[in-house]
Amino acid sequence: MQDKKEPKLDQHPLPVGNPMMAFIYTYLYDKKFAFGGLFLATCIWFFFLTDTPQSVVHDPNLTALLYLGAGTLFILALQGLSSAKTSMQGLKYGMWGMGIAVVMTLFSPVVTSYGWILAGIIGGGFVGTVIAKKIQMTALPQLVAGFHSLVGLAAVFVAAAALREPAAFGIGQVGSIAMGSLVEMGLGVAIGAITFTGSLVAFAKLQGLVSGNPLTFPGQHLLNALLGVTLVGLLILFAGSESHTLFWALTALSFLLGFLLILPIGGADMPVVISMLNSYSGWAAAGIGFTLGNSLLIITGALVGASGAILSYIMCKGMNRSIFNIILGGFGGDVAGPAAAGAKEQRPFKAGSAEDAGFIMKNAQSVIIVPGYGMAVAQAQHALREMADILKKEGVNVRYAIHPVAGRMPGHMNVLLAEANVPYDDVLELEDINRDFGVTDVAFVIGANDVTNPAAKTDTTSPIYGMPILDVDKAKTVIFVKRSMSPGYAGVDNELFYRDNTLMLFGDAKKVCEEVIKALEE
Amino acid sequence: MIATSPFIIGLTVFVLAVFVGYYVVWKVTPALHSPLMAVTNAVSSVIIVGAILAAGSAQDLTTQLFGGLAVFMASINIFGGFMVTRRMLDMFQAKK
Repeated sequence: MQDKKEPKLDQHPLPVGNPMMAFIYTYLYDKKFAFGGLFLATCIWFFFLTDTPQSVVHDPNLTALLYLGAGTLFILALQGLSSAKTSMQGLKYGMWGMGIAVVMTLFSPVVTSYGWILAGIIGGGFVGTVIAKKIQMTALPQLVAGFHSLVGLAAVFVAAAALREPAAFGIGQVGSIAMGSLVEMGLGVAIGAITFTGSLVAFAKLQGLVSGNPLTFPGQHLLNALLGVTLVGLLILFAGSESHTLFWALTALSFLLGFLLILPIGGADMPVVISMLNSYSGWAAAGIGFTLGNSLLIITGALVGASGAILSYIMCKGMNRSIFNIILGGFGGDVAGPAAAGAKEQRPFKAGSAEDAGFIMKNAQSVIIVPGYGMAVAQAQHALREMADILKKEGVNVRYAIHPVAGRMPGHMNVLLAEANVPYDDVLELEDINRDFGVTDVAFVIGANDVTNPAAKTDTTSPIYGMPILDVDKAKTVIFVKRSMSPGYAGVDNELFYRDNTLMLFGDAKKVCEEVIKALEE
Repeated sequence: MIATSPFIIGLTVFVLAVFVGYYVVWKVTPALHSPLMAVTNAVSSVIIVGAILAAGSAQDLTTQLFGGLAVFMASINIFGGFMVTRRMLDMFQAKK
């Protein structure tokens, strides 16, 4: 009884005896009210502090204030993603932030003609909406890569426009742009251009337009290094001269560099590449923000840049590789591990049927499903969920284990499982579920391989040594759904395939699931 | 007294925003990393602000065209990015 009467500490962490304090505190505590406050302040500004209503939209301080509001809304949008519950609200904050930024800019006194703007917004809005509605969730990685390339190219165009007509942005006259602005412009355009071509290559690789294999040639690193040095040289010359020729040379060289940087990186490293390009697109926006002296662009660019960098770091950790190792590329092609080097010996393994798998899982108490890229390729998530539902009805405890680098972009598997209506609480991250494999009857690995390979723990010569893995080998039985016995992306054989308690199910992930469902229903 | 250069003010904002981004993004649950990428992508298209200024206030036709193209591309991103994020987040909402 006593417990119920205690004040809830999380609601009133401060002593609120003073009514004035209580008032201020309540209002600042809730974000919605904080925004109401900001809005109120703006209204006060509008009605009392400016001479005429006309001058208010021309007031740079008001614009800056609203830009601050938009930046804050963007921060709240990211904060909302800390849980699924708050994420929708966060998204709304983000949309509001964008709306405020766009509308404020449209009202800017220097904007005099609206033809191009309207055409761009309506055309782009239409294209973007159609793409977002039609895209399949399995194609999400290439969609995001494609979107990144657009941010990069937009940055290039804005920088070029600023160079041609600095007066439109209030950064001086042609021929007398401050050197600082030129440095920022050069940096912005270089990062933007690298983001553009780099993302295009990533898109082509993910879409299967070019081979996902790493493309390498001798002297590649030397060439890239030379290009990098030349780029810095051009940037310095450009900043000193404001030469348009040098600007375009800088842009062309950056286009080339972006292309060459991503080309040698293999398909399974794409989670890192996409995160990295995400980060670049942010830095490019920040660079343009510095050029135009626009704090909203700087804030947003910094947020996005930091976000992409953190995701890259998480992905690198998930593979136990350094970012340099990935950028230098070539992984998977020339691995000198014992498995890849030696002649392929035939080792005995147990191939099972869908009926076997169905029987084993039906009689198990607990099953952990480990999905990988193969599940995404086969679009098997719906069939997989159906299978899990049947097992659950039989009283089996079914959960999903997600490796950080499963799939082709961060969180890819989670989205696909959510699409198939897998309950949010059934899907667990590596560190949350890894201990449970020891007390699990069946690990059902579908379309994943390297992320379960015990060689990452035991074989110091293995290219994947040190990578955190899901301990499926600790489960009583392991079922692998694979198309063939071919080793995974890293070119490493998985000795789990040959164990006595492993059952191999060959075939397309979706078909196998459907067969297991059939077997279970009989 | 010498006024602070706009660059230094920008840098101040930038560094602080990086820190904010760092702490906020670490709190994002790994399950929502794909929506995070989609929404940051949409949000980074705030570069449309620069594009609007170029398209709406430049005198020269080429510059206007550059601005218009940038508005177009940023709009694809803004609409597409927010919509696809919404689609993803819809899937994560608890079903009744």
